[in-house]
Amino acid sequence: MATLVIAEHDNEVLKDATAKTVTAASQLGAGVHILVAGENCGAVADAAAKLAGVEKVLLADDALYAKMVAETMEALILSLAGKYDAILAPATTNGKNTLPRVAAKLDVPQISEITKVIAPDTFERPIYAGNAIQTVQAGAGKKVISVRMTAFKAAEQTGSAAIEKVAAASDPGTSKFVGEELSKSERPELTSAKIVIAGGRGLQSAENFKLLEKIADKLHAAVGASRAAVDAGFVPNDYQVGQTGKVVAPDLYIAVGISGAIQHLAGMKDSKIIAAINKDEEAPIFQIADVGLVADLFKAIPEMEEELSKLGT
Amino acid sequence: MKVLVPVKRVIDYNVKVRVKADQTGVDLANVKMSMNPFDEIAVEEAVRLKEKGKVSEVIAVSIGPAQASETIRTALAMGADRGILVKTEGEVEPLAVAKILKAICDAEQPSLVIAGKQAIDDDANQTGQMLAALLGWPQATFAHRLELGEASAEVEREIDGGLQTLDVKLPAVLTTDLRLNEPRYASLPNIMKAKKKPIDEKTPADYGVDVTPRLKVLKVSEPPKRQGGVKVKTVAEFLAKLREAGAL
Repeated sequence: MATLVIAEHDNEVLKDATAKTVTAASQLGAGVHILVAGENCGAVADAAAKLAGVEKVLLADDALYAKMVAETMEALILSLAGKYDAILAPATTNGKNTLPRVAAKLDVPQISEITKVIAPDTFERPIYAGNAIQTVQAGAGKKVISVRMTAFKAAEQTGSAAIEKVAAASDPGTSKFVGEELSKSERPELTSAKIVIAGGRGLQSAENFKLLEKIADKLHAAVGASRAAVDAGFVPNDYQVGQTGKVVAPDLYIAVGISGAIQHLAGMKDSKIIAAINKDEEAPIFQIADVGLVADLFKAIPEMEEELSKLGT
Repeated sequence: MKVLVPVKRVIDYNVKVRVKADQTGVDLANVKMSMNPFDEIAVEEAVRLKEKGKVSEVIAVSIGPAQASETIRTALAMGADRGILVKTEGEVEPLAVAKILKAICDAEQPSLVIAGKQAIDDDANQTGQMLAALLGWPQATFAHRLELGEASAEVEREIDGGLQTLDVKLPAVLTTDLRLNEPRYASLPNIMKAKKKPIDEKTPADYGVDVTPRLKVLKVSEPPKRQGGVKVKTVAEFLAKLREAGAL
């Protein structure tokens, strides 16, 4: 039986998280189908059909799925689940929200945030904020799995799968979308950016985060933050990198004024190169940083901006 | 209106976790244990609702070993009214926890369950959602702000792109995110008072739930270690090193 992947998108763009989940799904060895549930999301289905390894795209285009509310998504996925041996979703807030409902209704345990497929029924996943790695084997029954995006490469766009429309499932009618406040930014998304520059408590104010934004614009980087900076109200919650925020693994992660609490490291320690700027030479972040600059960030950051301008990067 | 708050006993978040040499798990011997931080936020939110007069009773439930009664006592000292301890030994998977909680909800008929969004030991992030599904209730996960009404709740949620607001009909399940509130420290008089509050002791069998794990943990290992690299003093050296590494 095939594997079903739940697509992550915003009704316009198919997110990279989906392509990465397809890679994990392909490693289960069965055919891969993608479910695109949304409203006026035909373009997303077209993009999903191009992902290598995908045999079929199921398109549920209905106002019910415009915001992927968990109760409606649960009903839709359950209406399709009979044909699948495994159901995978990226560990985005949407995936985390919906998938356990599906697992509970199928009466199977969920395997959260896998980072490696060892065998079609055996997976690795981090526990204790990544301080330990658990190898876990699924029992009989369907497998319901969320996928940590940073651990898998995105599937190539070389496919041409057929798109099949599927009917909307019934609406439980218990939950209503009221509104949303989304951060608008011209910068790349935190979870898919090649370079991330993140600030911590050391930045001292929301105003000072602008210093990082200037560098981010020069490097075409995303801006992130530690929990301390978010809790202090310097930046919105969706900037948070860490165990309970976003997990990122860019080519370059620049930690500025971040001491390096375990919870923060859990969200960025798989970055290819880690650079840190901190005036405290003993800051734990230096224990894992490939390159560390021991300096006052308020001097170093403007200087860095100047240097980068000179080089035209 | 009753609120049910599940609380889990976990390794204290400040403790450096060590993997056992035989790779069967992490070392829990002589390690400080505390209430899961997200559950503390859940207890705090429930107690605040009671203080505002919106809620009549707060029930704290823990599923775990005998010592989990200490975790319930912490909730009682924060202001919960009574506790239910479902005694088990060994790991209990989120699905089994959700099934026990469902049975308790069937018996207690709360209007709201407030749970932590994830436990910092297994990092599963499943129990609240599973409970909502088993009960057929709506959910509002990763709650950032809660407005509780008579028949529904408006909840602002932390999502990948920012914040989303949902209106969920009661009864419902909520899971807490970090910014929902800042949990209080229990005062000494309240800690003393908590000792007199009742805790019911139950077993999974009382609820007809089989807690045998369905997943097989083959091993628990250390993550690959990262080594620190060079430390430099100037921005020029810093950028040069990054360029050398091919990062810029």
